[in-house]
Amino acid sequence: MRNKLATESLFALSQPGRRGAEFPAADVPERPLSELIPASALADKPTGLPEVTESDVIRHFVNLSTLNMCVDTHFYPLGSCTMKYNPKRHERLASLPGIVDLHPYQNQSDLQGMLGMLYEMQEMLAEIAGLPAVSLQPAAGAQGEFTALLTAKAYFEDRGEKRTKVLFPNSAHGTNPASAAIAGFDCVQLASSKEGLVDLEDLKAHLDDQTAVFMVTNPNTLGLFEKDIKQIAQMVHDVGGLVYIDGANMNAILGYTRPGDFGGDMMHFNVHKTFTGPHGAGGPGSGPIAVRDFLADFLPGPVIHFHPDADETDQYTLETPAKSIGRVRSFYGNIGILVRGYCYLRTLGAPGLKAVSENAVLNANYLKALLKDVLPVPNGDLCMHEFVASASKSKAANGITAMDIAKRLLDFGFHAPTVYFPLVVPEAIMVEPTETESKETLDAFAETIIKILKEDPEFLHQAPHSTIVQRPDEVVAARNPILQCCEPQ
Amino acid sequence: MPYIFNTPEQQQEMLKTIGVDSLEALFATIPSELRLDRPLEIPPALTEMELQAHVSRLAAKNVGPTSRVCMQGGGAYDHFIPAAVDEIARRGEFYTAYTPYQAEASQGSLQTFFEFQSLICRLTGMDVSNASLYEGGTCVSEAAFMAMRVTNRHNRVVLLGSLHPEYQQVVETYLTHLNCEVVVVPCVDGAADPAAVDAAMNEETACLVIQHPNFFGTLEEAEQLTEIAHKYGALSVVSYDPISLGILKRPGDYGADIAIAEGQSLGTPLQFGGPYLGLFSCSEKFVRRMPGRLIGQTVDRNGKRCYVLNLQAREQHIRRDKATSNICSNQGLIAIRAAVYLSLLGKQGIREVAELSCQKAHYAAEQLAMVEGIELLFPERSFFKEFAVSCSEGADYLLRKARQAGFDLGPELSRFDYKNASDQFQTGVLVAITEQRTRSEIDQLVTALKA
Amino acid sequence: MDQASLKFTKTHEWVGVEGDIATVGISDFAVNQLTDLVYIELPKIGSTCEAGKVFGEVESVKAVSDLYAPVSGEIVEANEALVDDQSPLSDDPFGAGWITKVKMSNPAELDQFMNADDYKKFCESEAH
Repeated sequence: MRNKLATESLFALSQPGRRGAEFPAADVPERPLSELIPASALADKPTGLPEVTESDVIRHFVNLSTLNMCVDTHFYPLGSCTMKYNPKRHERLASLPGIVDLHPYQNQSDLQGMLGMLYEMQEMLAEIAGLPAVSLQPAAGAQGEFTALLTAKAYFEDRGEKRTKVLFPNSAHGTNPASAAIAGFDCVQLASSKEGLVDLEDLKAHLDDQTAVFMVTNPNTLGLFEKDIKQIAQMVHDVGGLVYIDGANMNAILGYTRPGDFGGDMMHFNVHKTFTGPHGAGGPGSGPIAVRDFLADFLPGPVIHFHPDADETDQYTLETPAKSIGRVRSFYGNIGILVRGYCYLRTLGAPGLKAVSENAVLNANYLKALLKDVLPVPNGDLCMHEFVASASKSKAANGITAMDIAKRLLDFGFHAPTVYFPLVVPEAIMVEPTETESKETLDAFAETIIKILKEDPEFLHQAPHSTIVQRPDEVVAARNPILQCCEPQ
Repeated sequence: MPYIFNTPEQQQEMLKTIGVDSLEALFATIPSELRLDRPLEIPPALTEMELQAHVSRLAAKNVGPTSRVCMQGGGAYDHFIPAAVDEIARRGEFYTAYTPYQAEASQGSLQTFFEFQSLICRLTGMDVSNASLYEGGTCVSEAAFMAMRVTNRHNRVVLLGSLHPEYQQVVETYLTHLNCEVVVVPCVDGAADPAAVDAAMNEETACLVIQHPNFFGTLEEAEQLTEIAHKYGALSVVSYDPISLGILKRPGDYGADIAIAEGQSLGTPLQFGGPYLGLFSCSEKFVRRMPGRLIGQTVDRNGKRCYVLNLQAREQHIRRDKATSNICSNQGLIAIRAAVYLSLLGKQGIREVAELSCQKAHYAAEQLAMVEGIELLFPERSFFKEFAVSCSEGADYLLRKARQAGFDLGPELSRFDYKNASDQFQTGVLVAITEQRTRSEIDQLVTALKA
Repeated sequence: MDQASLKFTKTHEWVGVEGDIATVGISDFAVNQLTDLVYIELPKIGSTCEAGKVFGEVESVKAVSDLYAPVSGEIVEANEALVDDQSPLSDDPFGAGWITKVKMSNPAELDQFMNADDYKKFCESEAH
């Protein structure tokens, strides 16, 4: 059934003279290019782009697309990534004329519908966060982290304080230290407790008047709620520092508790995770941040203001906060993704959001209960929206590793969970089923894992066996990188 | 609930398996004093039908291209998007997949991104392209960081004043708090003065950032400026317009070390400023200092050609605080759009789009310059598809009059801060003409402005 | 080099001394821990290094390790062959897998290091 010809390299399909797009002849009086552009600036040869027909392009990329697993086709329990269903209505609505075709420099009066929607988005995110001031600008969660850290830095400098340190637990996403480093802070990594939570003693030992921000994911990357978060926040506040909540795991607590209520001063949302962005094979994401009122003046500009008494054409305006850190990107944010997030929030309403978290947590705990005898979960009794199991037991018993299980799952039509993260759990298998999966799917997944663990370890080391490619050689790739097609131009 | 499967009966069954007696009990680890004791105050839920009516109403409150002809520029352009681009980007297999970490289950994305990298290399003449960054502005700050790592000069970068002012602001946000001096060489008459650039450079400078064609649409002496950067041991960072490379010399042909761009023009709608596409390419010798994801070709255990995420040790999930960037998610789906767009256009199509835009823009400039009270801001300068005009009655007057006639021009230069700029800048307005504009549209605008 | 004559650091570098020149590499234990090395970044000839500070790094597919200079001094040689082929690091870590040669500015720094026997014991304790 597979059309192997069509998935050859795009460049191998090229034939001189083929066309995939045609354009009308110029309807203005044409002048020789050499009169318009100095010869020194003009190309002396054409680009090396391929020459293919439209149907070549369609057949090539459609066939390629079928080589992917995705949420539309498979259970995709990738821990930490919240691979929930992406509603189709979002795609239609984000493509409406009047939304998809607005130029960022149009006159504000001509954008009142868009600005009104984005203002409402700011308000809804503030309410869900329990933090009143929102910037929609960050393009992704990592940029949200960076933006908030810079906001904190500006706040401290405004108060005449120079704080140098950012603290985070060793279970943190790699973006936390990477963002802190780019924001010019010294990174201090803290230990985790036996329970897989922030180690309060270690935190206490490292907190001082140089502490700017403590970054923590809550629920954390082990899928556990940091039950001492209020005390943690108090400890950080006592030395004058701020608490940053990495909102990657917000899917667990929507409507149950809010970062602002448990001591967070700043946070980011991953609209592409929690509010079903979608993920787009790696992006675009959207990482709006919410902060306390005393930080609002430092947010990047512009933000959207609402003037209820103004004329209908001037009710929503773009404003730059008084002491803004500046821009972190051009224009206003990943609007197309925010529009989808808006549609999601307006579809669910408050009870719907709470049901999302309820069922996400139910599904995770159910799957954990089905698997706990074969894949023990080292930390925590009840988990939130995801759990981190360990394959240490099977590795010691018969050499079956987390990687083997992950790869073999593909043969059975399940996407693999996240493996080997967080680093604090050996042979980690991080499973996040999300709320948009049925009990039947979870049952089938658990049965499959139990079956896999009874298979011949040697056979598993070679898995997957049914996929189009099997265990690509990453060492060869990294030693002699081939980063573009080798076909002659 | 539209997207939830569990029936109440199933929920009870599942709770029993877990060993708790209620959904509420699953949240026992959240201390009760931290619980929200009221419903979230957000608007009530809407069915799909109601939502569509609601969002359509909001959309209708905006004035879009159905009633306005877009002649706006400033980094976002109304180029034509072939239907095949949307068709591929709407494949669930692409847009509902995650980052291709699991290579066996992601060969579709991986090969597509590998081909995207290849297309960008061929478009720019550069050795290596990554699989995308966020957008044009952060490309500049990432390029500056990379230049610092490569040159081991961490205290100074030089930007041309003709760089997009929002990109300048992004660089300032990212760099100045690190005690890195961001020097901006003022742009006095539409393009950089090489002597002034030379005077601004020194042996401590990590890079010179050139935009060509620049923010005003004007061509820079990119080759000469690159030589100036190299004279001081600095990297030459060139921000280009991807469409312009249909007719202009490629950055790789004149020695640019890092070539970056806003890639929105390659098949992505304007959508009020994002998501767009950061294009980032460089010389091979700097590849391990590069930010962002890279896809590499390799073989699998049966010797079959395949693709994987490569050189991941540069990235935050491995190198953490020492990573080349904090970027995690990129603009995958937008990169797919660009790959489809560039495949469709091919070497002939990209040339035609570039040439049509250039010809029509020159016609428009010539016609507008004949309107009384309007003149070209930089009449001596060559430009590609965008140019600045000034209006004796002021920018607002010109924009309003154009709007009334059904045309959006801009942005107006007074939106941005220009140091050492002439008063003329205050009345300047950018006009961008793509291949989509017609002679009759241009003539209508001119007629309306003459009235 | 004869392993018995080498000195070892807790960060798994080895040092062999001839006159005021120290040859530096990483131990077989370290290489095994890192698995499948794909890249090495060598120090620049003519640059100076400081004991205990990073002077280079080695990379495997999914990990990066800093290389710490055991002694202070000037880098006089670097094993450029390793850039294209890292296999000597695992095949012959104490011979063809040498990384750099340092002209020492303070040979007294050598006193604190372990001999081969003590290092072997140290690795056994680390492996547990």
